[in-house]
Amino acid sequence: MDMKATKKKLGIKERYAHMTRGLGWEPTYQPADAVFPYDKYEGIKIHDWDKWVDPFRLTMDAYWKYQGEKDRKLYAVIDAFAQNNGHLNITDARYLSAIKLFWQGVSPLENYVVQGFARAGRHFRGEASRVACQMQAVDELRHYQTQAHSISNYNKYYNGFHSQRHMWDRVWYLSVPKSFGEDALTAGPFEFLIAISFSFEYVLTNLLFVPFMSGAAYNGDMSTVTFGFSAQSDESRHMTLGIEAIKFLLEQDPANVPIVQGWIDKWFWRGSKVLALVGMMMDYMLPKRVMSWKEAWEIYAEENGGALFRDLARYGIRPPKGWADACEAKDHISHQVWLLFYEYGGAAAFHTWSLTNEELDWLSAKYPDSFDKYYRPRLEFLRDKHARGERVYQSTLPTLCTTCQIPLCFTEPGDPTKISHRETVYEDEKYVFCSVHCQEIFCNEPEKFVQSWLPVNQIYQGNCFNPDVDPTAPDFDPLKAVLEYFKYNLGRDNGEFEGSEDQRNFAMWRGQASKN
Amino acid sequence: MSKVFIIVQANEEARPIVEALLQDNPHAVAQESPAMVRIEAEGKLTLNRATVEELTGQPFNIQQLHVNLISISGHIDEDDDYLTVAWAN
Ligand SMILES: [Fe+2]
Ligand SMILES: [Fe+2]
Ligand SMILES: [Zn+2]
Repeated sequence: MDMKATKKKLGIKERYAHMTRGLGWEPTYQPADAVFPYDKYEGIKIHDWDKWVDPFRLTMDAYWKYQGEKDRKLYAVIDAFAQNNGHLNITDARYLSAIKLFWQGVSPLENYVVQGFARAGRHFRGEASRVACQMQAVDELRHYQTQAHSISNYNKYYNGFHSQRHMWDRVWYLSVPKSFGEDALTAGPFEFLIAISFSFEYVLTNLLFVPFMSGAAYNGDMSTVTFGFSAQSDESRHMTLGIEAIKFLLEQDPANVPIVQGWIDKWFWRGSKVLALVGMMMDYMLPKRVMSWKEAWEIYAEENGGALFRDLARYGIRPPKGWADACEAKDHISHQVWLLFYEYGGAAAFHTWSLTNEELDWLSAKYPDSFDKYYRPRLEFLRDKHARGERVYQSTLPTLCTTCQIPLCFTEPGDPTKISHRETVYEDEKYVFCSVHCQEIFCNEPEKFVQSWLPVNQIYQGNCFNPDVDPTAPDFDPLKAVLEYFKYNLGRDNGEFEGSEDQRNFAMWRGQASKN
Repeated sequence: MSKVFIIVQANEEARPIVEALLQDNPHAVAQESPAMVRIEAEGKLTLNRATVEELTGQPFNIQQLHVNLISISGHIDEDDDYLTVAWAN
């Protein structure tokens, strides 16, 4: 029998070329600069957009196929988790604080990144770059949705998961990731790309998704590890795009190098501050710990980031300015941020607690140069006070860094006993910073950062009370009024874990699961 | 020489990928953590379609890696028959 010769199938590289090249056209009704008004003002020069290549060469048909497969797997797990009371398999209810913080402070960033890539995809001239941005916007939307669907199961049983959208725009500690995201969203399209694809996704997101999600698995949270790794499978593509994007910009014109370097300096530092929250989640909130924040930093920032910057040196790119200070901080930030949230625990919509001796010993072993000397004595002191019935709660409001919006709790490089603090006067107004790097970011773009919506300052200005509140009433309790404005269920969402409703319910339900 | 890595989920679909990587890259090492496997190597790592197909006896598309991929570092070169990650330094 005669076989008809079939035409040879196209290879990946040819398919990708067909799907991403020659899709555009020269506009005739309007000049191209009017159609793409934002891809020049940042000073980036692009001579040949066709040099932009997605290294995975994923075409739309393959994209939908694999994304569909990922979602089918994920939703099967989410269903199984819900049907089998998967929430009772986690190590203990303290673990939920990490997921609350993730849901309150990380998931909304996914949504911001959707907006950012949708906009970048609209404003870049090159077709391949627009296809890549479009895919990434869809990915990030998937991340937000799958997180909402996975985590909603916890919201049925535990406190602090409600009112995410409301809290995001108001709660003091959520202004840290929110202002980070808004800074990126309001930058030009190229700065956005360096901020998110390169500095955040390539250099830093491994720290968020890899050890933390492995930690979720270790703590029995099948639902989180599944959405986390499902998102991370997209993230690998985003990271790869980040490194391609930076090579593309650097190869297009030597004039791009100093501009890109400035963005790397800014966004590496901003990202490292946001990740201080993740450091606390890993070292303090996971009852079973996979690795310390410091170890994760060494593997994913120092080793992998180091390799990356050695690679980029051939373009004249050096490691970010704040690199040495951020590396030194690996011994400190998780402890400093935990102590901050412990003491401001009354104002956080998740629980904090005293560590057991075993947990303190783990931290002593992981942080031989800093923990026993600076942090263990304070944690033991606070634990003793709590044991005597004097749980410490700060009720005064902290000073926030104008740039990163984190309360001043970090210490001076070289001196972990001294709180780091910088000030700049701009147009007769004094601005405060947590570090020389945050100060420099402000000074490079003062017109942008004077607009920062700093929660503490807003509270003092009376902008964080519900409309029916009367601040002149004799029994007015400002802190309570602010927490009500945040929509906290007071006494249930916030404060000490020991004795909390989450702790009691989890213990009771788990008891019911193991006997009649 | 800098290290590159590929991290995949610890599951049945990714197992032949891990095996193929270790088989074809003798300088690579696998580290297991809860739910994931990290394959790390000096300089360069290559995943070959043919090796995965030999191990499973099934056709394998290099892009199927995406489904179970967690993270990857280095510059990527992908074609129908292989995927390579490498640093230029
Ligand atoms: Fe994402
Ligand atoms: Fe992403
Ligand atoms: Zn700061």
